[in-house]
Amino acid sequence: MSDYQTHEYDVIVIGAGGAGLRAAIEASAAGVRVGLICKSLLGKAHTVMAEGGMAASLANVDNRDNWQVHFADTMRGGQYLNNWRMAELHAQEAPDRVRELEAWGAVFDRTKQGRILQRNFGGHAYPRLAHVGDRTGLEMIRTLQDHGIHQGINVHMEVTVIELLKDGDRVCGAFAYEREHGRFHVFKAGAIVMATGGIGRAFKITSNSWEYTGDGHALAYHAGAELMDMEFIQFHPTGMVWPPSVKGILVTEGVRGEGGILTNSEGKRFMFEEIPPLYQGSCAEDPEEGWRYVTGDKEARRPPELLTRDHVARKIVKEVKAGRGSPHGGVFLNIAWISEKLGAKSEEHIKKKLPSMYHQFKELAGVDITKQPMEVGPTTHYVMGGIRVDGDSQMSTVPGLFAAGECAAGLHGANRLGGNSLSDLVVFGKRAGEYAAKWAKDNPAGSINNDQVEAVAKWALAPFDRGESGENPFKIQSDLQNMMQDKVGIVREDKELGEAVEGLGEFWKRAEKAGSDVNRDYNPGWHTAMDLKNLLTVSEASARSAHIRTESRGAHTRLDFPDKSDEQAKVNTIIRKAPDGSMQVEQVNRAAIREDLQKIIDENK
Amino acid sequence: MAQREFRIQRGSGDDAHLETYTTDVGEGMVVLDAVHQIQAESAPDLACRWNCKAGKCGSCSAEVNGMPKLMCMTRLEDLPEDQPVTIEPIRAFPLMRDLVTDVSWNFRVKEKIKPFAPRKPDNEDGSWNMQQDDVERVQEFRKCIECFLCQDVCHVLRDHHLHDEFYGPRFYVYSAALEMHPLDTENRLEQLKDDGNIGYCNITKCCTKVCPEHITITDNAIIPLKERIVDEYYDPITKLFKMFKPKK
Repeated sequence: MSDYQTHEYDVIVIGAGGAGLRAAIEASAAGVRVGLICKSLLGKAHTVMAEGGMAASLANVDNRDNWQVHFADTMRGGQYLNNWRMAELHAQEAPDRVRELEAWGAVFDRTKQGRILQRNFGGHAYPRLAHVGDRTGLEMIRTLQDHGIHQGINVHMEVTVIELLKDGDRVCGAFAYEREHGRFHVFKAGAIVMATGGIGRAFKITSNSWEYTGDGHALAYHAGAELMDMEFIQFHPTGMVWPPSVKGILVTEGVRGEGGILTNSEGKRFMFEEIPPLYQGSCAEDPEEGWRYVTGDKEARRPPELLTRDHVARKIVKEVKAGRGSPHGGVFLNIAWISEKLGAKSEEHIKKKLPSMYHQFKELAGVDITKQPMEVGPTTHYVMGGIRVDGDSQMSTVPGLFAAGECAAGLHGANRLGGNSLSDLVVFGKRAGEYAAKWAKDNPAGSINNDQVEAVAKWALAPFDRGESGENPFKIQSDLQNMMQDKVGIVREDKELGEAVEGLGEFWKRAEKAGSDVNRDYNPGWHTAMDLKNLLTVSEASARSAHIRTESRGAHTRLDFPDKSDEQAKVNTIIRKAPDGSMQVEQVNRAAIREDLQKIIDENK
Repeated sequence: MAQREFRIQRGSGDDAHLETYTTDVGEGMVVLDAVHQIQAESAPDLACRWNCKAGKCGSCSAEVNGMPKLMCMTRLEDLPEDQPVTIEPIRAFPLMRDLVTDVSWNFRVKEKIKPFAPRKPDNEDGSWNMQQDDVERVQEFRKCIECFLCQDVCHVLRDHHLHDEFYGPRFYVYSAALEMHPLDTENRLEQLKDDGNIGYCNITKCCTKVCPEHITITDNAIIPLKERIVDEYYDPITKLFKMFKPKK
């Protein structure tokens, strides 16, 4: 029998970024015992990297804003594939969640009247993003962390869950290992909240950290939960492209929100060339109007650089492919030009508004963004798809299993608006925590199946049986990232997607041969060998979903199907595990939108 | 592509030692890239912490050529080319393995410090009014990414090992952010004086020098806190004044 330590909770939360912390705080407030499990140290989760801000219709800067406009913007940005109930709740509840952060100690930038300042971002009709310079994510995670540590939550740091334990249909616990000595832990739980973030490490060029291996998606899938819309992966238009070792690191959309412009090698502002139909009439006529918009003129319309991320990313790829790119295969993002408008004080202004971007380019690329343009190109940033959940409770299709934040699907549809992620975390983190606590109270605890525990323990130790004769897990991971980048990347087609699905079959076989040696003490090779299962699961789900959606919509672009299809506007893509263990993909009809919500969309067109 | 030599601390306990590796290096590479490359090529069990690789999470703290640094923000081009690059774990905390140390003490210290306690909201919707000028001081402290490099170089912790009596620069910055928060109503001075022994700090400013977020830890956080403590507890005039003040 394998050796493990047992912990018992009413609710366990897996992941300690914004969503996980908020869920844990809420569950704890409901009076249940809460365990929070995170792969890294507390406060290091990916939320820390969010830069631009948190969208909420506080209407502090433009009093025309309200939840209805935010709702309509979110639906339009998501090309109407969003779970409309989630989009509604998100728009309604985001302002309260922002104010709550302030009550817990967050210090947002201020308006002249002393209220929370809001900035412009792509796809948002009004300045809507509460922010702190360009380090809003850090402010959020630190606020939740510093508040959370006084709420009676037990935190298990550097502990990785590798399987959800089930009792019949429902979940009843999780099996995990700790990094320090590689020892096993069993967490018994009445309810489980997944808050594990995204899947960016399945791709070569990504803004995501090592943690983003799709754990929550994969754990839920293997426990029987449905995944939804996994073809929709956001490629952020502006990642660093040079030097090679920093390729993919995020350059905040806030640069464009503050007036940054995109130009090609001919010095042309190419974004003016093509305005997508959904945004005709809401875009600036010329650069002058664009500048007026970013400086707060309410009569002006947004510059085309502030169109949605899917469109901007595609336009950049097009420029590069046409041979009009920058020296290192990107385009130019220029904020230095605002000195033409602001004169000598532009330098201070840029440093004040975009401090981490200034340091990032100065230290990693030797570029002074107050004087020189940046080179940028698309980078894998965010997955809109995820665990299919109920809009109100965030419960998945498996009883007792909840999901919030990036690992949950629905809110963002085919494309996420910048700023809607941080608000997503706290709005639905709170809801997931609340409903998980309720579920744990209302249902008797399940019991752990020892056979399942023994089987997963054996699987976890298998890489050591193979030892040095096994394949290098880092090599498998890096080959997978290259394959996904090439075949399931920003522009897709039937042949390549088919090859990807087939190629993944081979990767599954290789993953079973990955080997680790030395011992279980803090051994990254062993951790990577186990991560492969999650990476392969989400890669396969994305490739299969992308293959079946034969249209281009939002972040999903098909060369062979360049247009939107009216038929596929009505469906979401569902992934589930078949009884024989194979992966099934299916398109299912969407629930018809409530009339009052349709009316709001129509009124805001 | 050029090759470079790296001397990386491996092992744990008495077995900790430097091991030499050679790997290819390219333009713009940072120390963390080299560590990852060595991990993938020849040392898959080489333990190191990292998350964002963009200087935002504060996980990959180490001593590079003896200097406390974030490995993800230290470019190889900035290190002398004629000698190997030495990478060791930070020293103020117990070694776990290779480049990873047990920093859990920091999390326990933070829990001891009295939490944020705001005054009543100014507005009906539960919000407050604050001027940008009034929040900037606190925003500087809140830039902290908790890399603990300041703790690593603090003599009180690194050389004198007074972890039981002293909070370290990180938590004086944390306390300053709370004490100077425009909405906070709590008083942490006695705690900082008696439990945190902020007086042990003799202002050598080593912490400020290594802060990757360029927080002026000593001048803006520690010294003002020390001054407030002096005003509150040691100022003879205040003391006299207090003697005659009617008791509440």
